[in-house]
Amino acid sequence: MHQSPACGVPTAGGASRRRHTGRALRRELPLLPAVLMLLAFMAGPIAYAFYGAFTNRTMSGYKAVNPDFIGVDNYVSLFSDPDFYTSVLLTLAFLLGSAIIGQNVLGMLVAVLMRHTPRSVSSAVGACIVGAWVMPEIVAAFACYAFFHTEGTLNTVLDAIGLDGPAWLVTFPMLSVILANIWRGTAFSMMNYNAALAEIPPEIKESAQIDGAGALQSFFRISLPIIRRTIATNLMLTTLQTLGVFTLIFVMTGGGPGTRSSILPVLAYQEAFKFSQIGYGSAIATVTLVIGAVFSLVYTRVLRPEVE
Amino acid sequence: MSAHSLFGGSARLASPRGRGLRVTATAVLLLIGIAFVLPLAWLVLASLDDAATLSVRLPRVWTADNFTEILTPEQTFRPLWNSFVISLGTAVLTIVVSLLAAYPLSRYSIRFNKGLMYTVLFGTCLPVTAMMVPVYSLFVSFKLLDSLAGTIVFMASTSLPMAIWMMKNFMDSVPVSLEEASWVDGASSMTALWRVVVPLMRPGIAVVFIFVFTGAWGNFFVPFILLFSSENQPAAVAIYNFFGLNGAIAYGKLAAFSILYSLPAVLLYVITQMRSGNSFAMAGAVKG
Repeated sequence: MHQSPACGVPTAGGASRRRHTGRALRRELPLLPAVLMLLAFMAGPIAYAFYGAFTNRTMSGYKAVNPDFIGVDNYVSLFSDPDFYTSVLLTLAFLLGSAIIGQNVLGMLVAVLMRHTPRSVSSAVGACIVGAWVMPEIVAAFACYAFFHTEGTLNTVLDAIGLDGPAWLVTFPMLSVILANIWRGTAFSMMNYNAALAEIPPEIKESAQIDGAGALQSFFRISLPIIRRTIATNLMLTTLQTLGVFTLIFVMTGGGPGTRSSILPVLAYQEAFKFSQIGYGSAIATVTLVIGAVFSLVYTRVLRPEVE
Repeated sequence: MSAHSLFGGSARLASPRGRGLRVTATAVLLLIGIAFVLPLAWLVLASLDDAATLSVRLPRVWTADNFTEILTPEQTFRPLWNSFVISLGTAVLTIVVSLLAAYPLSRYSIRFNKGLMYTVLFGTCLPVTAMMVPVYSLFVSFKLLDSLAGTIVFMASTSLPMAIWMMKNFMDSVPVSLEEASWVDGASSMTALWRVVVPLMRPGIAVVFIFVFTGAWGNFFVPFILLFSSENQPAAVAIYNFFGLNGAIAYGKLAAFSILYSLPAVLLYVITQMRSGNSFAMAGAVKG
């Protein structure tokens, strides 16, 4: 934090204190547009979600304009809805499979492999992985839809080696969207881990080699402990990004068949816009926001030293 | 990938185990690369195929017709223009507001600022997609549905936390002493911000601009919920409608449109990489 001249210097007398407060307020004035926008369009919708969850607001018709206050009815039906529990489980599977295990393990694997391969190979493979990441999300979703479709690339490849591929998007919708999200997001982890591994002082690994440590041993005993902070940050960020995934699933399976791949944001969309239950959709949104808030709080605590 | 690891690796190459490791690593990495490139290869090959299917294959007849046929005002130019207006508006608004906000946050240590930084950091993490149902209700109440301006202000607000965070970090690295000189000359803090600080952090502003612009350019869900008349819809939404409404889907045209729409995002990314010289600058900025 930079020291500002005169700031926090105690002043004597009412007039100068008033002037001091006045100056402090004037100094904070540039914050006003940002604070107003954040209040209106970030805090506003969150507050509105908690308010809307207590009403029976619908998408159109009389209840769209004049919803009734129905108390906790939405939460009562939510917590007695088997679809909701399925969706929570699917969300956990999606977070665990595609972010925590998929993107992080694959990202780390690629980052490590890149350090043992010729530069031409690692650059080319890196470009392919980053390519999946810089695409606009809707294009990435189309590419994955085509890849996993019954007549898509995956089944063509399986066919070529004599296997009969299933209708992935219908038979294994969750597996398909998990793999798709790994494809989409691995670049982020790969880049973070690559940068972290590059910062490990080479002397440490050399001395381990001299002491007879193998590649695996030096990775698990030396590299991993050194970059553990990057790993913690990256796990949290990929989890939060994955919690917000909508377009990929919306395009590939639409949350279906039925609700078999509806993670929470998709379920909230379906209830609110397909079945026109805005109040019920808001209740689901609040649950997702609370899950996100818990992860964010942990993340904020981890990064605390950087604010201080 | 550093020079060291290449040379360090070559020391071990002398041993058979080291060479085996290198060959295995290359083989595994190549397999992963093939798995990643296949969906992208489909996009490119299908866009040049006169009878594209859902599977990757070499076109029997190579053609540019898919591109020429979609280059019409209502199919391509209008949606791309809308994407441009939305992304530029979002990026400019975000830059101005986050620059203003970053100044007191970076320069004065007031307790309120620390609280705000925590809130901002917290805000960078919230899943915006989870908020879209209440945002829709809010926009109904404000009568902002199907308004480009409303959508731009909303998208700028959601990118503000990350932008303020990045801006403050960039501004922290501009020494205060330079402004103090201009204060002595009688300049106000805002004059110092525009005349001294902003010119010095131009590269940082460019990074934030590109970050916000590409984010807005690629966003599908927000305009999908908030804009519904076709003259307002950006490319992301237009392509979805094009894909969903045409009964027999023209995959070639879909792929061609996808490529045209992706190009600006990819180009901006490549430019950032070349300018920064560090291939991980974006990720570093994201980490804060």
